[in-house]
Amino acid sequence: MTDKFVRALGWASLALGAVQLAAPRAVTRLCGVDDTPGATTVARLVGGRELLHAALLLGARNPARWAWTRVAGDTMDLGVLGKAAANRTGARRIRALAALGAVAGITALDVACARGGTAKARGPLQVRASIVINKPREEVYRFWRDLENLPSFMVHLDSVRAINQRRSRWKAKGPIVDLEWEAEIIEDRAGDLIAWRSVPGVGVSTDGLVGFTDGPGGRGTVVDVSLEYGAPGRKLAAAVARMFGEHPEQQVRDDLRRLKQVMETGEVVRSEGSPEGHRALRQLRQRPAQPIGGRA
Amino acid sequence: MKANVWMGRNRLEIQDVPDPQILNARDAIVRVTSTAICGSDLHLVDGYIPTVKKGDVLGHEFMGEVVEVGSGVRDLHVGDRVVVPFPIACGACFACEEGLYSVCENSNPNAGIAEKLMGHAPAGIFGYSHMLGGFPGGQAEYVRVPFADVGPIKVEDDLPDEKVLFLSDIFPTGFMGAEMCDIKPGQTIAIWGAGPVGQFAAASAFLLGADRVIVIDRFPYRLRRVQRTGAEVLNYEEVNVLDALRDMTGGRGPDACIDAVGMEAHHPTPAIYAYDRTKQAARLETERPYVLREAIMACRNGGVVSVIGVYGGFVDKFPMGTVMNRSLTIRTGQCHVQRYTEPLLQRIRGGEIDPSFVISHRMPLSEAPHAFELFKNKQDECNKVVLTP
Ligand SMILES: NC(=O)c1ccc[n+]([C@@H]2O[C@H](COP(=O)([O-])OP(=O)(O)OC[C@H]3O[C@@H](n4cnc5c(N)ncnc54)[C@H](O)[C@@H]3O)[C@@H](O)[C@H]2O)c1
Ligand SMILES: [Zn+2]
Ligand SMILES: [Zn+2]
Repeated sequence: MTDKFVRALGWASLALGAVQLAAPRAVTRLCGVDDTPGATTVARLVGGRELLHAALLLGARNPARWAWTRVAGDTMDLGVLGKAAANRTGARRIRALAALGAVAGITALDVACARGGTAKARGPLQVRASIVINKPREEVYRFWRDLENLPSFMVHLDSVRAINQRRSRWKAKGPIVDLEWEAEIIEDRAGDLIAWRSVPGVGVSTDGLVGFTDGPGGRGTVVDVSLEYGAPGRKLAAAVARMFGEHPEQQVRDDLRRLKQVMETGEVVRSEGSPEGHRALRQLRQRPAQPIGGRA
Repeated sequence: MKANVWMGRNRLEIQDVPDPQILNARDAIVRVTSTAICGSDLHLVDGYIPTVKKGDVLGHEFMGEVVEVGSGVRDLHVGDRVVVPFPIACGACFACEEGLYSVCENSNPNAGIAEKLMGHAPAGIFGYSHMLGGFPGGQAEYVRVPFADVGPIKVEDDLPDEKVLFLSDIFPTGFMGAEMCDIKPGQTIAIWGAGPVGQFAAASAFLLGADRVIVIDRFPYRLRRVQRTGAEVLNYEEVNVLDALRDMTGGRGPDACIDAVGMEAHHPTPAIYAYDRTKQAARLETERPYVLREAIMACRNGGVVSVIGVYGGFVDKFPMGTVMNRSLTIRTGQCHVQRYTEPLLQRIRGGEIDPSFVISHRMPLSEAPHAFELFKNKQDECNKVVLTP
């Protein structure tokens, strides 16, 4: 289910909400409930709720999750309209039944949309980030191509050992046990890009691609990284991210920033709260002039 | 070692904290001989700069003697006497190559936090919140100075501390404030704030060829001090500033306006002051932007508004219409100190200016909390305090 569709539902909510707030009487007539004293108030309340849905669906970064709020609203409306139809006769009953049918149709759409949205979140996790480094392309490429350098700026990696030109063995700190897997380089174009993936059947599935292009105005190098974690890898990524208290996206961006520090200044820049170097968690919780074997 | 430590809003304490250690190869440890209190520190003490934590060591204006250097430091040796710029800069990134040291791309290990608030991250600053790196400050006996081969400037022994200390911040800051005005002969520059930064801005505007400088404040003792630079003064509690500036410039307005007050400006009308003060206290807006608004309104068409007073977050009722329709230019930034240390040291050596003219109090570091009181509340005609550990 595409985000576009979700946004369309958002716009529908906005229109519906606006009508219900502006002309509640017309709405109650259309639904056949204009004979109940509190009906216009209910129509107004429902209108307000629709505006809330609209805000959630149109404003949120990941709108599909919020489609469930619409499903909840639909269920409420179905209940109200069902009761209205049961208690009425004649033209009013027909109008109430028509409204009931319409809402049921909308509910089906909303459920489909909400399920699509949640299902999508279970696919592979992709993260992308880029940075400009004030060094020639060749040099940055060469540093990365020596995969054993990666742990110097990627916080969650303990070590990477090259087995041969293509294969390497990776170790990462997991939340409970440490993780190990093998990866192979599947594409390698000197000065341009490196792509790798974990060897199938090792429990962790990750793909990575890093591209190197000339920086703006020919100054420096743009490093562009895309990582993808398959189902088992996804759990790893999420766990690691939790462990360091960071969003995976943020973590990759911070990793790249450390790469930049290493390339441009020689090492990861430390402040007092990060005595063992570059652990992101320590950096977030650092306290100047306090730890470092002191009284802390 | 002893250090001046932030323990909560308006709570400072002298505490024993661990001595700094070399963490990066390009670090040096400096034994502080003189350090100062800055208007920027007041924003921290008053709690308007986010991500300051209990136990943080304050201070970003300091100088001293190098007592230890890391393995990667060339050009700096144990025993050297140095003044240290307040922004930390690597000297190798794009920003540093452009001379934009206070937005160095490598010196802030907490860039991720700053990015969330500001979009992109500025450089690390000594003793100025975790968002800006979490580096312990200079109101201490010792400081670790990262990238020691880039920022610190060596000074010979014949110049006393008091003459060179302010190269660490306020002299370059005032100078940059004036430089951003693109001053041409015959021009009139108006400056809000007769604090030490405003005083250096006034002196620098004359160094850069301004014809007239008009400084605005409400403390007579500060206005008297700034008059010594040759500036004219306005007391905003006695006159309407906009009217007065119009009258003094033939109705056209000053060619450039410098905001040397920043986020904690005061307003002469109690009701308006109370309105923004309340909003700021409730953290609905982070600034009290009277000076910024007034500087914009006062500036002549096509002129420059140079903002060196510090702002931390978001401003309400910003007069964008007048900026746009009257072709104003706004220029601002934390000072790129490293750009100015050498040329300004030459001006000091050449006798063009003696920066010690701003000093009003000399006290031991152990009295820092009391010194802050005096400086914050403008008691005892306090203008600038130098502390010695
Ligand atoms: N950009 C930088 O790199 C940089 C560096 C140092 C300091 N600063 C900033 O410069 C500002 C001034 O620093 P300082 O050390 O001189 O501080 P200070 O507190 O000594 O001086 C501020 C002065 O502004 C005056 N003032 C307040 N409200 C005013 C108003 N409405 N109109 C006119 N004057 C008003 C006060 O009376 C006071 O004299 C601070 O915001 C500080 O953070 C910026
Ligand atoms: Zn300062
Ligand atoms: Zn830099």
